This record gives sequence, structure tokens and C-alpha cells, in this order.
Amino acid sequence: MATEAHAAEGATGYIVHHLTPFSVGEGFWSFHLDTLFISAVLGALFIWFFKTVAEKATSDVPGLTQAFVEMIIEFVDQQVKDSFHGKSALISPLALTIFCWVFLWNFMDLFPVDLFSTVGSLMGIEYIRVVPSTDLNATFAMSISVFFLIIFYNLKIKGVFHFGKELLLHPFDSVFLIPFNILLNFVEYLAKPISLALRLFGNLYAGELIFILIALMPWYIQPLLSFPWAVFHILIITLQAFIFMVLTIVYLSMAHEEH
Amino acid sequence: MSINATLIGQMITFTLLVWFTMKYIWPPLITALEERRAKIADGLAAAEKGQEEMERAEKRASEKLKAAKEQSADIINLAQKRANEVVEESKANAKKEGDRMIEAAKAQIEQEIAQVKENLRQEVATLALKAAEQILQKEINKAEHNDIIAKVSSQLGQA
Repeated sequence: MATEAHAAEGATGYIVHHLTPFSVGEGFWSFHLDTLFISAVLGALFIWFFKTVAEKATSDVPGLTQAFVEMIIEFVDQQVKDSFHGKSALISPLALTIFCWVFLWNFMDLFPVDLFSTVGSLMGIEYIRVVPSTDLNATFAMSISVFFLIIFYNLKIKGVFHFGKELLLHPFDSVFLIPFNILLNFVEYLAKPISLALRLFGNLYAGELIFILIALMPWYIQPLLSFPWAVFHILIITLQAFIFMVLTIVYLSMAHEEH
Repeated sequence: MSINATLIGQMITFTLLVWFTMKYIWPPLITALEERRAKIADGLAAAEKGQEEMERAEKRASEKLKAAKEQSADIINLAQKRANEVVEESKANAKKEGDRMIEAAKAQIEQEIAQVKENLRQEVATLALKAAEQILQKEINKAEHNDIIAKVSSQLGQA
């Protein structure tokens, strides 16, 4: 259900409309209000739900919600224990936050593509893009934060000297190959946040695009296509959240270990 | 599709979420989980201990039962032995008593025989005397013939 401005442009207009963010400001200092607002609401939802359970947490027989939350907690804890062998008060909560928040972002993908744009147009908002993971800003914000943590822990655990030595003399332990090592390490470190962000973004953007394409089909074909795609997407959204979490844990545990 | 200040906003939100999770969500939940784990471990250990205790008690009980059985068998044996003894003793006593009674009866019989003999002797003497009196039909001087009567009577008594 495209707005009238795009209705004239046909299918392309419809697709472009659905993938245009609600943006205010100019140049770099512009804000995607839809991304900011929706991800904040989803974050608040996550915090509210888990906080409610955490407050009433008991070591006796757990209730239904507590059992559910504990299942997630134990799942995350197990992932952290499997790949991270140090002691850190940050990594497990970080992994939990990433998993839940990314999952909720991705979950927005399962709402009908026209639902929010229709509601938005009724409220006078012309553009709205509801899945935060289809916004590079959101995925990069997370992956860059993780990157900062990687650098921070490298410096904290190994110290400036050891970390510097590792950057210069790893993987080839030779003074003559220092420039080559620097180049390799630069690429290696930079690839981490970029691959993290682009993997999540790419998967969800493509998924959303296919939902939009399905929405362009005649109404009697739509359920036949969108239902299997949505079912498949239940796997995708969980898997992407899981991958983001696991890779974060792996990168941080690498930062904790000496070569 | 451009990178802009949204990135910074998202980073702030992310940091806040992580901080909040780290401070208020993760610790109580993981503590509850650890506590429950400890509780379950304790419970299992207690159950195992109880099981062991029960096995020990059962063993002790069976041992006691065995000892009691042995003791009761001993007691029964003893009682049987004692009963046999008592029977034997009373048999012996009865035999002794019987013998004694027979002896007494024999003695009495003999005494009575003697008595009867004495009586018979005297009566025969008297009868003989009377018979002699009548045969003689004469007054006999008792004093004169006392010697002869006594002699006869003693001879009779000896017969």
C-alpha cells in the first residue's frame, strides 16, 4: 500500500518507499528516527521483561516466565563457557543483550510489510522502515561497539607492549616482515566489525526485500509464498542473532588469549 | 543507506542496554540458577546418604534378626533338653516310689502273716486246752499241768 507519490512509480516506487528510512537532518548529522525509536522500544521491552523476571527470581521452583528466561540465560551462558575461558563480568551480559536485542530487531521482519507503513501514513509519517537490522547504522553501531571492546580487552589483558608486539610480529615472526604483518593484522581486525555488521544487515535486508516483492504479487499467491518464507525466516532471524552473539564471544575470547 | 549520526545514537542505546543488563539483569538470574544448582546437588547428595543409611539399617536389622533366631533356637533346644531331663527324673522318682511302696506292702504282709500266725497259735492252744479238758473230763489242776499246756502250746506255736 504505497503512498500516492510512489503509487505512480509502480513496483519500484513501492519497494523504494518501503526501504526508505524516516530521516531528519542533513548530511552526517541526520537521524533515522524509525531505527532509533524502534530499537529503543525493543531494547526497553527486553529490559522490562528480563528485569521483571530478575526481580522475582527465585532458586526454588521457577514459574513459567522465569523458566523461559532461565532457558535463554543458560543457553547464552553455555555459549560463553564453551568459547571463553577467562573471568569477565561483561561478556555474558553483553552476549545476552546482543542476542535478545538483535533477535527482537529481526523479529520486526515478521510483521506484515504494509502494517507499519499504513499506520505511519495514517499518523502523517511518510516513510517508515521498521526492521532496525535493515539499517546499516544499527548493525554497525553494534559491531563497532564490539570492535572497541576487542581493542580495549587486547590492551587491558596483554598490555600496550604485548599488543603492539603482536600486531607487528604476528603471524610472521620476522623484523623484515613487519609491514606485511601490520597490513594483515589491519585487515584482520577491520574485517571483524565489517563482517559482523554486513552479515546481519545483508541477511535481513534481503529477507525484507523478498517480503516486499511477495507483497507485490496478486493477493491469491501471496500467502503461498509469504508463509513459507516467514517460516524460513523464523530460523534466519534466530540464527543471525545467534551468529552475532557467538562471534562477539569468540572475538572477545581471542582478545583475552595470548598468541 | 548512508552512515550517519544514527550510528552514534544506536551506540549509546547499545551501551545503556549492556550496562543495564550487566548491572540489574544478569547477576540475579545467574545467582538464582547457581543457587538452584547447589540445592539440587545437595538434595541428590542427601538422597544418596539416605539410601546408604537405609541399606546399613537393613543390614543391621537382618543381622539382629539372625541373632534372635539363633538365640531362640538355642532356647528351644535347651528347653527340650530340660524337659527330657525332667521326664527322666520323674520316671526315676516314680520307679523308686513304686519300689518303696512294694517293699512297704511286703513288710506289712509279712507282719500280718506273723500276727495271724500268733493269733492262730494262741487260738489253737486254747482249743487244744479246751479239747484236753473235755477229753479228760476231769478237773485238772491247772497249776499242776500248766507246764504241760505251755509246752504244748509252744509246740503248736512252732508248727
